Amino acid sequence: MAEPITLTRTVDDYKSDEKPTWCPGCGDFGVLNALYNAMREKNYDPKDVVLVSGIGCSSRLPFFVSTYGFHGVHGRAMPIATGVKLARPELNVLVMGGDGDAFAIGGGHFMHAARRNLNVTYVIMDNQTYGLTKGQASPTAQTGYVTKASPKGTLEAPVNPLLLAMACGASFVARGFSGQPKDLAQLMLAGIEHSGLAIIDVYSPCPTFNKVNTFKTYREEVAPLPADHDRSNFDASLRIAASTEPRYLGVLYQREGPSYDQLLEERKSGTPADLPKLMDSLFERFS
Amino acid sequence: MPKTDLVIRVAGEAGEGVLSTGQLLVQGAARAGYRVLTDFSPPAEIKGGYSLFQLRIGSQQFHSRGDELDLLLAFNQEAYDMSIGELREGGLLIYDPAQAKPPASTNRVQQYAVPMSEIARTQLKFELGKNVVAVGVLAALFGMPEEYLQKLLQQRFGGRGQDILGKNLAALQAGLDYVREHITSSPDFNPDLFAVERGTPDAHRIVVSGNQAVSLGALAAGVGFFAGYPITPASDIMEFLAGELPKVGGTVVQAEDEIASINMVLGASFAGKRAMTSTSGPGVSLMVEALGLGAMAELPCVLVDAQRAGPSTGMPTRHEQGDLWLAVYGGHGEIQRIVIAPTSVEDCFYQIQNAFNLADKYQMPAILLHDTVLAVRTESIPRPDPNRIPRIERLAFTPPNGNGQVPPHEGYFLRYALNESGISPMSSPGQAGGQYVATGLEHNEDGRPRYDPETKRDMTEKRMRKFAAVPNDAPEAEYWGDQSAEVGIITWGSSAGPVQEAIRLAEAEGIKVAGMAPKLLWPVAHQQIEPFLRGKREVLVAEVNYTGQYAQILNAHFGRTFGRINVYAGEAFRVREILAAIRKMAAAGVR
Repeated sequence: MAEPITLTRTVDDYKSDEKPTWCPGCGDFGVLNALYNAMREKNYDPKDVVLVSGIGCSSRLPFFVSTYGFHGVHGRAMPIATGVKLARPELNVLVMGGDGDAFAIGGGHFMHAARRNLNVTYVIMDNQTYGLTKGQASPTAQTGYVTKASPKGTLEAPVNPLLLAMACGASFVARGFSGQPKDLAQLMLAGIEHSGLAIIDVYSPCPTFNKVNTFKTYREEVAPLPADHDRSNFDASLRIAASTEPRYLGVLYQREGPSYDQLLEERKSGTPADLPKLMDSLFERFS
Repeated sequence: MPKTDLVIRVAGEAGEGVLSTGQLLVQGAARAGYRVLTDFSPPAEIKGGYSLFQLRIGSQQFHSRGDELDLLLAFNQEAYDMSIGELREGGLLIYDPAQAKPPASTNRVQQYAVPMSEIARTQLKFELGKNVVAVGVLAALFGMPEEYLQKLLQQRFGGRGQDILGKNLAALQAGLDYVREHITSSPDFNPDLFAVERGTPDAHRIVVSGNQAVSLGALAAGVGFFAGYPITPASDIMEFLAGELPKVGGTVVQAEDEIASINMVLGASFAGKRAMTSTSGPGVSLMVEALGLGAMAELPCVLVDAQRAGPSTGMPTRHEQGDLWLAVYGGHGEIQRIVIAPTSVEDCFYQIQNAFNLADKYQMPAILLHDTVLAVRTESIPRPDPNRIPRIERLAFTPPNGNGQVPPHEGYFLRYALNESGISPMSSPGQAGGQYVATGLEHNEDGRPRYDPETKRDMTEKRMRKFAAVPNDAPEAEYWGDQSAEVGIITWGSSAGPVQEAIRLAEAEGIKVAGMAPKLLWPVAHQQIEPFLRGKREVLVAEVNYTGQYAQILNAHFGRTFGRINVYAGEAFRVREILAAIRKMAAAGVR
């Protein structure tokens, strides 16, 4: 019987053999590659990772990875991931989805996820459109965005995901760009290492349906954080997050502290083995 | 000769002590050996509005709250107006003259003014003690030994200092004294009319509500995760488990809404834990999309629906059995799910365990169709047996090559392997070689999204095949009366109580009638119902709803038209309503 060997894994260990359903040039490829590399850096065993997603092109990502996954219904990735992580806090859980899933139908859950501060990493592939349903406006689409469902242009203001997250108490907010996959992998690592919810909004262009926000325009609009930015400074971070010219990339804000799952673990006062004793004491209480 | 049961109602304004009076009396009575069963009907608001607490006590097990009252204690005028019609002829009315001004007594009932709030305020200088005075009043009327109440007060208030305990004991004594001085000592008063037998105090009985029984049963079933959102009348379940589940290493989350709750439950189930939520009709409506996801991804989960009167916001504190179709059919597409309904407070403890077992065995959602009557009813029941129902585990996955080492590119574990039973071995995260992606998309055997006709046909048949086998594991149904009778009644949920009592009364009149209540409502427990139907010229289905939801399900399944007894006024059946229907059914057969 051979001794178990500690494998050093390669990117191939994280790939499934399911062919991605994305268009050539899709920004999500860059995100997927960054994810493979981040997991390889951590040398995760695929069996200990769960990728949770909702509905949308980007939410198909778990099928392309060799880990466990849960492709849920639209907008509900965060609650599903919460159930997974709280049931089994030792698992490595990442939530992968799009801007529609996160900020439209999932908007309520996004708010509470930021409040709750569960120790998972949420990567949002933000292409400012709805790709899978062929190009309607998403909550992050700029005002005046023209689509078949908004032929004269949208009227609503776009949501700023990181401002929203910070307002709801998020402890880690970051912005990435699929066109900079190495940096993105580093951001993912930082998110994974962070104790609490790590929100990473990633510009991940849709070449098929969004002709306004493209790799070219993002390249012109993004910039690294100012050298003197202090990510622990809430006020400064708010201003950095609010800026659209430029769109700053990096970890904008981070606050250390225990995560929700950690705090709940500390409140557990027993194990399943204590059940018979508990039943007896409860029956006593009611007699 | 003492009666075997007594029906007492305490009524007044919500927030003014109806519930606390009732609860203290119930607990004391149970300790003294009386069997007790209660019904509580508050308004939907926190204060104001008419509230009633009814308890039935005696020496036998009861199944309904009693059609008529023997004793009515009315704290105010509205309570008098709303309840006096239910006080039986020869019954006793106690009213607080500060707030209630009934007309001069007729000979139909006996009535006495007892100035409970005046006694509390002036004599005891303890306004809040009004409720304890009321308890003393009632105890003296039916002859309950006061030491049980005194001991209860000592337990409750002893730790808070002699002053508060002393005040409560004095209040109890004041109530007892007033009645003994002014009512029971009077030559007009016939104690036999209200004296009731009690059983022997039995340390092996407990007094719990249906919600508590559900919670205790969930603990016994080994629930590991609960997520929920507050809603009347289910919130108790979440609050109880919030206090207890962490003591056995489990987790409770008050989620932001019902949709988050059920999705958290699915996530926890995917991760290998027994997971549940509890809600009422409006919450179930929100959860149906997730039920579909659970069915498609073949994930066990348990959803407790404490039904209340609908539709929409409806009457949050009133009773109805209106969610059966929602539980059975709710959701787009053809969702497989199990629906189980407990019939009594004690049954809640056991049926929730059956729900967990069947959900795990058949890998699909299971709904426990609970209701308002049971949720808020407190009843003295035998101490439940947590070991009666053995746990059924999910069909376990074994690594494909047996050594746990499976290259990720090859031979993905077939999570949805097609086989004869339709139940495929299930892995959970952390198990090497068990990786798969759970999804709501149609998928092939290893879980990947596929749209071809063959896959759709095969997978639909797989899920339906396993669903069709659920009746093989149907929990035992309940049966009453003479099964060889020509007429019968089928019912479900808490309606089983009044039906059972009506059958007993009918039999005492010489009428032969059979009754049954299946616990498994969906899929249809045909192996239990088919034999019941044989030889019956007429079968009625009794349920508290307008449309006869179970009757229509049975009509469709058996291809015959079932008769119906329906009430839909936000209350449980009166026993006499069912008895009347039985008499009519029996008479129709007489030539």
